[in-house]
Amino acid sequence: MPVAVFLMGDALLFALALAAIWALRFRGASSFVYAVSLAVSLLLLGAAATRLISADAPSVLILPLGLPRIGAHFRIDALSAFFLAVVNLGAAAASLYALGYGRHEHEPGRVLPFFPAFLAAMNLVLVADDAYTFLLCWEVMSLASWALVMAHHAEPENARAGYVYILMASIGAFALLLAFGALAGPDAGFTFAAMRAHPPTPIVAGIVLALALTGAGSKAGLAPFHIWLPLAHPAAPSHVSALMSGVMTKVAVYGFIRIVFDLVGSVDWWWGIPVMSLGATSAVLGVLFAQMQSDMKRVLAYSTIENIGVVFIALGLSLAFESGGYGPAAALAMTAALFHVLNHSLFKTLLFFGAGAVLTATGARDLGRLGGLLNRMPATGLFVLIGCAAISALPPLNGFVSEWLVFQAILLSPSLPVWALKLMIPAVGAMLALAAALAGACFVRLFGIAFLGRPRSAEAVGAVDVDGFSLTSMGVLSGLCLLTGIFPGVVIDALAPIVRGLVGANMTAQDAIPWLSIVPIAESRSSYNGLLVFFFIAFSALLAAFVIHRLASSKIRRAPAWDCGFPQADPVTQYSAESFAQPVRRVYAGFAFRSEERIDMPPPGDLRPARFEAPLHDRAWELFYAPVIAAVQAVANRLNGLQFLTIRQYLSLVFGALVFLLLVLASWT
Amino acid sequence: MDLIGKLAIQLTQMLVVLLLAPLLTGFVRKVKARLLLRQGPPLLQPYYDLIKLTQKEAIVAESASWLFRVAPYLIFSATWVAAALTPTFAIGLLFSWSADLIAIIALLGSARFFLALAGMDVGTSFGGLGSSREMMFATLAEPALIMIVFTLALIAGSTELSYVAAFMMSPAVGLRVSLGMALIALVIVALAENARIPVDNPSTHLELTMVHEAMVLEYSGRHLAMIELSSQLKLLLYITLIACVFVPWGLAPSAADFSTHVLGFAAYVGKLAAAGLLLALFEVTVAKMRIFRVPDFIGVALMLGLLATLLRFMSRGL
Repeated sequence: MPVAVFLMGDALLFALALAAIWALRFRGASSFVYAVSLAVSLLLLGAAATRLISADAPSVLILPLGLPRIGAHFRIDALSAFFLAVVNLGAAAASLYALGYGRHEHEPGRVLPFFPAFLAAMNLVLVADDAYTFLLCWEVMSLASWALVMAHHAEPENARAGYVYILMASIGAFALLLAFGALAGPDAGFTFAAMRAHPPTPIVAGIVLALALTGAGSKAGLAPFHIWLPLAHPAAPSHVSALMSGVMTKVAVYGFIRIVFDLVGSVDWWWGIPVMSLGATSAVLGVLFAQMQSDMKRVLAYSTIENIGVVFIALGLSLAFESGGYGPAAALAMTAALFHVLNHSLFKTLLFFGAGAVLTATGARDLGRLGGLLNRMPATGLFVLIGCAAISALPPLNGFVSEWLVFQAILLSPSLPVWALKLMIPAVGAMLALAAALAGACFVRLFGIAFLGRPRSAEAVGAVDVDGFSLTSMGVLSGLCLLTGIFPGVVIDALAPIVRGLVGANMTAQDAIPWLSIVPIAESRSSYNGLLVFFFIAFSALLAAFVIHRLASSKIRRAPAWDCGFPQADPVTQYSAESFAQPVRRVYAGFAFRSEERIDMPPPGDLRPARFEAPLHDRAWELFYAPVIAAVQAVANRLNGLQFLTIRQYLSLVFGALVFLLLVLASWT
Repeated sequence: MDLIGKLAIQLTQMLVVLLLAPLLTGFVRKVKARLLLRQGPPLLQPYYDLIKLTQKEAIVAESASWLFRVAPYLIFSATWVAAALTPTFAIGLLFSWSADLIAIIALLGSARFFLALAGMDVGTSFGGLGSSREMMFATLAEPALIMIVFTLALIAGSTELSYVAAFMMSPAVGLRVSLGMALIALVIVALAENARIPVDNPSTHLELTMVHEAMVLEYSGRHLAMIELSSQLKLLLYITLIACVFVPWGLAPSAADFSTHVLGFAAYVGKLAAAGLLLALFEVTVAKMRIFRVPDFIGVALMLGLLATLLRFMSRGL
């Protein structure tokens, strides 16, 4: 499948963005835009999948656009094809979902033109083959998503989210610009082919790694560059939140892999260390903060940080193995990373759709106003339950497989020769296990508070299930979560050519293994069979239910809740999102949140209500951002005086500057 | 022939764990009662309870959803599958390759996930209390278990339980510090996960600090029977796990004859009895902890597990 097909699809999407502006005056504008994006996304998904299966040689195209004498280079290889498939799968699901969800949008003019542009930009980043095109598309992607974040700009929270987002996006793009500059070298080889042909010196390569971690990491939401993510992702309309969390973060992961594994070429032994430590920190901090949020979409946004952390842990492991020359182990870790990329795009998109459905049905995102939705929205509830189970890494769903693969990769690491890595990797493994367990707690809380129990507000009482488009989209995604969970071997085999291209080795072909098991290294080491586990669970549950209903009682009686003989009628007496999180907050408070509980108890006779506060602190904000903001503020205040000088002072300032610059110029040569 | 033999062992194992689990609980209760100079209920009381519960009609709260009625079967099946894949009296289980130790832990995690959701389904304060505490314990117990698995896997070179058990039976294993640490950690996690005494009290219903019982408070009839049976299975599973890794003697190897299997079964029953005795003895000698002391207790297991793993990582290079 030549790259031109993708460029044509992207051009179509850009045209659609323009057409959307014109179409806004008609009533069916929303359906039109989303239907066309759905069709184009499906076509691109089909093309990407064909490209992935056929495994052709890379296809290249040069257009006379962009920088003079260089032009715009486009290229599609196995890595691009995989990420194109992920992006367009998410885009198709979001377009289908938005066919129903988009009707509730009260400001379609702020969403419809930017949505196709956002899709097109993400697609273009993945096929760009020179630094200029890559950065240009990257920036279009950032700006389009920024416009979508600002769709409901009247809410002050969203305005702040947009501001922080655009700042962080600029810093990220700047870091990438420098990274490409360092790679291009003095000969200004801005095409990726030129960069591959001239590998940088080790020092330059190290700098490129740091810049790529900053640039791509800030887009992906890696700690400590994550601060914008939990603000911006929830602010956008839900189908865009799903795209930003489920898909755009993957484009960032692609950027990192493209630069570090493909363009730089050689890998130093220490590269795994920063990647893994940032990954592990993101994983644990992300999920701890997710546990503390009471806004449904914000919980999901923080959980994205966790999952990106898992991906980067696997990428770091892969770097460590590659530098040590352990090809199969590096391939295992890389497969795990790419598998988790796919998995996260599936279940995070699904969960954001679920949050959007809840928002449509109740008008509330705050967990404290939800409850009892499983009885009122049975289909949405079932799909969200599947998503929650998948993201909590429960077998036989897909989230478990990728985490299992990461654990298997960690178990191979004692053979690494470097002591620093040996000391570090067990700790990373412990953090990964901690993050997985905390994710379970986090999603029990999310589902339990929103969908179970009794409704906490009148809106939740009156909720009904959403439209067919949204439900179909969620149903397809939850079906895919199950399918990739029980047939993981198919995915691993599909990833093999990409992994071979990146680390020079790949996992053994899984289709040769009987009974559809997956075996990372050898059967005597470990194996897992999702299909059998699924079959066993389903079979024994049905067997138990059948035996009991047949041989014993099948009668049921509805009665008021017992609650130890003292039931409380008021739904406020249920456990709330905050009370559910309290044990975890207490246990991890000092380590992660620096949180102390403050109780303000008025003395007897005082009619003031008692207050309880437990503020949370994001250490990343306090350590890295607050000082910078304070410094900028202080310098600005100091320089403020320059605005009120006399004309003589201004003239002497200009003269002084001139002399200084001339001196610099003279001493330079 | 080999396949049929293996299938027979697998099926026997599935039935054995199901049938022995209530007996083990009854035995622990009986021993505890005798240690406290009480008569105690009959040894077979858990069976009578289960049969009686399944005969009764199930009372479901008005606010409950379908999840409340489905969860007991899911919890039971996840626990049963996990227990069926843990070698009890013979190593050569037909399906042991379908889920390794990490997957078995994750299966127990699935059971816990649905139990905690079921606790929140009716919308009572007790249910939420139990669920939130159970999940908090799990956030420490699960990584501790994974660390123990890492230690075992690095010693035995496999996460497959059959291979680990076979390796532990071979003379290659020797006495190792990391194994001792893993054993202590595993015992702590087993106590916490099964809601045994220093962490939770299985025999109270109206104590403010209860965890497991608070979650299942609304269950009755056949649903309660399923949940009771799954928690009995879970206790059996943990004891089996400790036995097959740390005292594997007597386990019948994969190609053994019938008499070896009978011997293995006798050894297994003996191990269960010994473990039950120790558990009862331990439970009558310690007091229950305050809820926020429990994280420190399980944290010890996590630290020991991490230390043992580090030790394995270090010694591999020497």
